[in-house]
Amino acid sequence: MAEAVALVALAACLAAAVQRSRRAPDWAVAAGAALALVALGVLSAGSARAAVSELAPTVGFLAALLVLADGCRRAGMFDALGQAMALGARGAPRRLLAMVFLAAIATTAVLSLDATIILLTPIVFATAARLPSNPRPHVYACSHLANTASLLLPISNLTNLLAFHSSGLSFARFGALMALPWLVALALEWLVLSRTFAGELRRPARAAASAGEIGTYQGTRAVRRPRLPVYALIVVALTLAGFAFSSLIGVAPVWIAAAGALALSLRERPRARELALAAEPTFLVFVFGLGIVVRAAGEHGLSSAVDALLPGGSALPALLATAAVSAVGANLLNNLPATLIILPAAAANGPAAVLAMLIGVNAGPNLTYVGSLATLLWRRIVHAHEHDTDIGEFTRLGALTVPLVLLGATIALWLSVRVL
Amino acid sequence: MRTIVWIAEDTWEACVDQARSLLPDEAEVTLLHVAPSDVEQLAAGGAGRLLGRRPPPPPGPPLRAIAAEEARALLEAARTRFARRAGVRSARGRIEREVLEACAFADLLVAARDGELRLGPKSLGPHTRFVVDHAPCPVLLVWAGEPPRRGAAGRRV
Repeated sequence: MAEAVALVALAACLAAAVQRSRRAPDWAVAAGAALALVALGVLSAGSARAAVSELAPTVGFLAALLVLADGCRRAGMFDALGQAMALGARGAPRRLLAMVFLAAIATTAVLSLDATIILLTPIVFATAARLPSNPRPHVYACSHLANTASLLLPISNLTNLLAFHSSGLSFARFGALMALPWLVALALEWLVLSRTFAGELRRPARAAASAGEIGTYQGTRAVRRPRLPVYALIVVALTLAGFAFSSLIGVAPVWIAAAGALALSLRERPRARELALAAEPTFLVFVFGLGIVVRAAGEHGLSSAVDALLPGGSALPALLATAAVSAVGANLLNNLPATLIILPAAAANGPAAVLAMLIGVNAGPNLTYVGSLATLLWRRIVHAHEHDTDIGEFTRLGALTVPLVLLGATIALWLSVRVL
Repeated sequence: MRTIVWIAEDTWEACVDQARSLLPDEAEVTLLHVAPSDVEQLAAGGAGRLLGRRPPPPPGPPLRAIAAEEARALLEAARTRFARRAGVRSARGRIEREVLEACAFADLLVAARDGELRLGPKSLGPHTRFVVDHAPCPVLLVWAGEPPRRGAAGRRV
């Protein structure tokens, strides 16, 4: 009975998150479900407290990173990136794609996939449209790299942040082990994307388009030299350096992230309300609520079911199977709940298994248009008459890259673990 | 002769130039541009893919407005380059569907090969391929730039 209640609560949280209804917002449903599970005795108060205290550092870290990314936006970092991309492209679509790759990789690795999806991708669209160049390859690249480039650091993806605390790895060791898988994944994305869009990318720069001038039809619209947000760049660089040396200096990375967010806020001086909104309190409540609900479901049979699915040890076949199971989970549910569900079982198999799980939950979602089948089905039902989104093209591209990336990155991880 | 000249970001100059030299003076020409709504949605609707996140919309004009403004600028530039009397039409949606719809009452469609620069089926991108296969009117396909030589079939040039 308790098992069924916990699973229903989990389903309700996911349904609310997918539905995005105003009347039953996901954060309220998740918090309500968590409280109800404790009230009904499905989860003991002690277990709930343990779940909250385990999640607290991660959620605090997340809040600091959200404020940091928002501070970078305020400082004009993404506008500067757009101008730098247009300048570097010099009118050639293939060079623009290379610039988009660099921008998306750096943004994702340092400021997380959310920053790439929410803040960078619209800039990339506008930059390509103004060139003028077909925005399709560039927007697809951004959308894919937000997931694939998020393998590198604990801060690159919320899934990494959740796993980081359970993996027992230091920040620097996490990055070192994931560097090779990350590079392999990025190389594979470049190969597949540049081949798939060869037609859109092959056209040479137009004769009339000289450097410093966009396109041929608006000679007056010269690309402005980007005004670099120097202070924000220095803060981000120092924050990164702080992360890298956090275990040496004995400071938890969450405090370094908080210091970085504070340093940016001091300069930009957003109003308190804006600052609070930048941390997205409703999202933080949702993560807490979902974490507690997943814990309840885990205690009532979900964990043992996942345990049975995951092979033990860190031999290559076990890592490949872990990545594959995680990718399927991420595509069925979305990567956040998939991580919460799979993480305890993966953590029991050691850090290599945790990192293999991350390859699956991070790179896997490129297969489905909106990050999970549940969301996709829901959108199909609600927007049955909306034919605008070309899900077929996204899925075809995902079907080409995801299996390759999972295989390549997991083999690279296995090598890294053996060598480093 | 009602003629649609399909203008796209990457190939418009060649397309306009060849339409000007090949079309008879009496042709009633409309320059057509289609903004792909799927790409715009993928770029703008990112937050929908992040479970539980509800960030405020970024400042600045919405992508739809940016796309519309760029389409207008492109069509104006094409009309200037065409240097003959021509109407312009801006559409938004799925590219192949919008082009075919515009062709419904046309006598001729002028389109550029937008695929790889080599002889063979890959010289057409997927949208152009669909349009060519489904067009209800004759289609004049032009090369964007120097056409590859005959020996170049199936080879990259």
